[in-house]
Amino acid sequence: MNSLILIAVLLVLSAIGYQMGRKRALAGTGGQIKGLHSLPSYYGSYVALWCALPALLVIAFWLALQSGIVDSLLISGLPASVQALSEGQLNLLLSDIRNLAAGDITSKTPDPMVQAAAERYNDLRSTGFAAMVVVGLALGIGGLTIGWRAINPSFRARPRVEKIVHWVLILASAIAVLTTIGIVLSLLFESIRFFNRVPPAEFLFGLNWSPQTALRADQVGATGAFGAIPIFAGTFLITIIAMLVAVPIGLFSAIYMAEYASPRFRAIVKPILEILAGIPTVVYGFFAALTIAPLFRGFGESVGLDVASESALAAGVVMGLMIIPFVSSLSDDVINAVPQSLRDGSFAMGATHSETIKQVIIPAALPGIVGSVLLATSRAIGETMIVVMAAGLAANLTANPFEAVTTVTVQIVTLLVGDQEFDSSKTLAAFALGLVLFVITLCLNVVALTVVRKYREKYD
Amino acid sequence: MTDTPANDVAARAEDRSAALVRKRYRAERRFRMYGLAAIMAALGMLTVLLFSIVSSGLPAFTTTQVALNLTFDAGDIDPDGSTDPAKLASGNYRGALLKSLRAEFPGAETRKGRRDAINMISNEVTFVMRDMVLADPSIIGTTQRVWVKSSADIDQLAKGSIDRALPESDRRVNNRQLGWFEKLEREDRVKTTFNTTFFTTADSREPEQAGILGAVVGSALTLLITLLLSFPVGVMSAVYLEEFAPKNRWTDVIEVNINNLAAVPSIVFGLLGLAVFLNFFALPRSAPVVGGMVLALMTLPTIIIASRAALKAVPPSIREAALGMGASRLQTVTHHVLPLAMPGILTGTIIGMAQALGETAPLLMIGMVAFIVDIPQSFTDPATVLPVQVFLWADAPERAFVERTSAAIMVLLTFLIMMNLFAVLLRKKFERRW
Repeated sequence: MNSLILIAVLLVLSAIGYQMGRKRALAGTGGQIKGLHSLPSYYGSYVALWCALPALLVIAFWLALQSGIVDSLLISGLPASVQALSEGQLNLLLSDIRNLAAGDITSKTPDPMVQAAAERYNDLRSTGFAAMVVVGLALGIGGLTIGWRAINPSFRARPRVEKIVHWVLILASAIAVLTTIGIVLSLLFESIRFFNRVPPAEFLFGLNWSPQTALRADQVGATGAFGAIPIFAGTFLITIIAMLVAVPIGLFSAIYMAEYASPRFRAIVKPILEILAGIPTVVYGFFAALTIAPLFRGFGESVGLDVASESALAAGVVMGLMIIPFVSSLSDDVINAVPQSLRDGSFAMGATHSETIKQVIIPAALPGIVGSVLLATSRAIGETMIVVMAAGLAANLTANPFEAVTTVTVQIVTLLVGDQEFDSSKTLAAFALGLVLFVITLCLNVVALTVVRKYREKYD
Repeated sequence: MTDTPANDVAARAEDRSAALVRKRYRAERRFRMYGLAAIMAALGMLTVLLFSIVSSGLPAFTTTQVALNLTFDAGDIDPDGSTDPAKLASGNYRGALLKSLRAEFPGAETRKGRRDAINMISNEVTFVMRDMVLADPSIIGTTQRVWVKSSADIDQLAKGSIDRALPESDRRVNNRQLGWFEKLEREDRVKTTFNTTFFTTADSREPEQAGILGAVVGSALTLLITLLLSFPVGVMSAVYLEEFAPKNRWTDVIEVNINNLAAVPSIVFGLLGLAVFLNFFALPRSAPVVGGMVLALMTLPTIIIASRAALKAVPPSIREAALGMGASRLQTVTHHVLPLAMPGILTGTIIGMAQALGETAPLLMIGMVAFIVDIPQSFTDPATVLPVQVFLWADAPERAFVERTSAAIMVLLTFLIMMNLFAVLLRKKFERRW
């Protein structure tokens, strides 16, 4: 909260700088605007930017790096015997110290060493904060002075300000690229650490998945097996079921919407179908677990089939329901983009409407439809909450839709939710799975987007 | 009559072609029916979904109260008769409550009977008694009739979710409790009221005390961070790409990259947040500020794509007129193009925010699944959000949590519908055809 106050102070300071810059520019010409190079507001903005930008940048870096630096300072200040502890124990101790410093309850009665460390921690933090305030305010006031002194009536304020804004805009658009780089690097680094422990071949082609690693060295049979084939197979099975539901329903609704429906019908039904895409996935998950899974189970019992209560079928069907609008609205666009002349030609040859659709429109729109199906498939593979709530955890290698299977996303969630050491093979495995997920969905998306774009160009 | 055979052939050919046409028309009708059936199937499933949520969620908005005669026994609450608030606050209210229950329910003397009696009502009743005493110490020593909240099981019984005809072993409420409850019912000491607790508290292990306010506040804090980060960055990056960027390889890379980022599974953003924000920058776990940053990265592509479309829709004549009057390129954009594109940009932003509000998976990765009983006060307090609350409750075994899960979903859907309606209205009101 205190850093928010500091930021607010800086913003007020830069507002004052704005007024000062304006005044100084106008004073230079005796209040005459026409003697200035730029409009007075640009002089003001120039000073305000000088005041706010450097200070805010430094504060942002400070806040991002502070806790890490404070921690390492704290550790280096601890006795050597403590520093020799393993990383897990050290982390436990650190959180004890932090809790004590914040005045919370600790896991055991604090010994003097921890008490001293907690005081030191508070000291470091308050020193750090004071230093940040001093540096931030000094930069703000310094910047304000520099900007203010630069101003005279012939100063080219507008080009300068616009140059700064231009760079800010470039920076903003680079954030999307930085995000991608961040995703790739974080997945790659953690995966490499994982593959140092588990060979990639075992991960990609192993048939046995049981990621329990030993808590104690002498534990039996808990070395963990990281063969991901059962998980890939489970993901594949659920995705296939979802597509079997979504593609026919989505495609036929798209055809009906684009070719048969009256504008009125379309105006009402299309938004309602789009609701399906707006419902949060956690709601679908709850629906699958609460309504659909027991329904299938009861139905299975009545015809003598053994349906698991977390069957792949229930998760897949509900996922298919969620994906319908992705297939239907994209295919709808694609079908609408087929030129009217093709339809007219077909009608003129005496074809009925459905024959036109089957023999002319669908073949013409096929690349686009394939693209939309691929995009929907990538959605289904990356979908998390439905399978977390409705599919199983056990990695069964089966093609039977009535059995429980698990998926890549379910495993990522179960491996990472809850308390564990961050660098065990178990948590690192989640990043390896994440990398596989990212690569597969990326490939599907790139192919789909290229196909759709090629197709659009063809009829534009 | 020489042309009879020829006539015959023609007639037969006509017959056959008429049959063929009929067949083709049948195929036509069938095909059309398939299309209609597909739409109806989708709409039907949507209806089933909404119906099952609403029908199981509606009961959660009411709660059952029972009138009990509570004796504020002076010996338990204020043994030395000091009426000192600090002493009163630590009085033995459980003892006083047990005495009252023994008087109220015959058979509550035994150990088992006492447990049954205490399980009839919510365990917040001792706190209610304490608050009553602190507000008015003169009630010590008297017996008051107080409407108190029943336990979740009795609530389910009153709502009819627990079948009284079931054998005792299959029922969460045993025969003794059922007898007591029916006696209360006969004496008209059971009433159903609006469940205000649900809207005024945070999560709890006891279903009757669990509420969604904590999650709603958490969602609001998280979305505020998301909006503050993704809106300016998204708009600036759209302005740059649409208005300033030269057409070169670098801007091509950015463009392809944004399109792909929009289709990256949301859980991957959670992994990014875990690896970068939590492990590298050591930001706090479970905090709205981290959740907001992760969701901001996730909604950024949506906002950029919508903003670019809105900017593209502003006709070039506007730009040319401004440039012709001597405005700089930046002035053209900020004074003319951006204001005209703003409704479209805002619509896209609201839709992006609605997506972020419903998102669960990335938040699981950064620890926003903790069980949190306090309403978060700041951006760095541990918090949870509405969809995660739904996820947590969906896992809880108690029946009473099923209806609360559905009710939380109804609240979540209400927020989403309001946001989307607002977006539609905004578009309708400010949409301009050039």
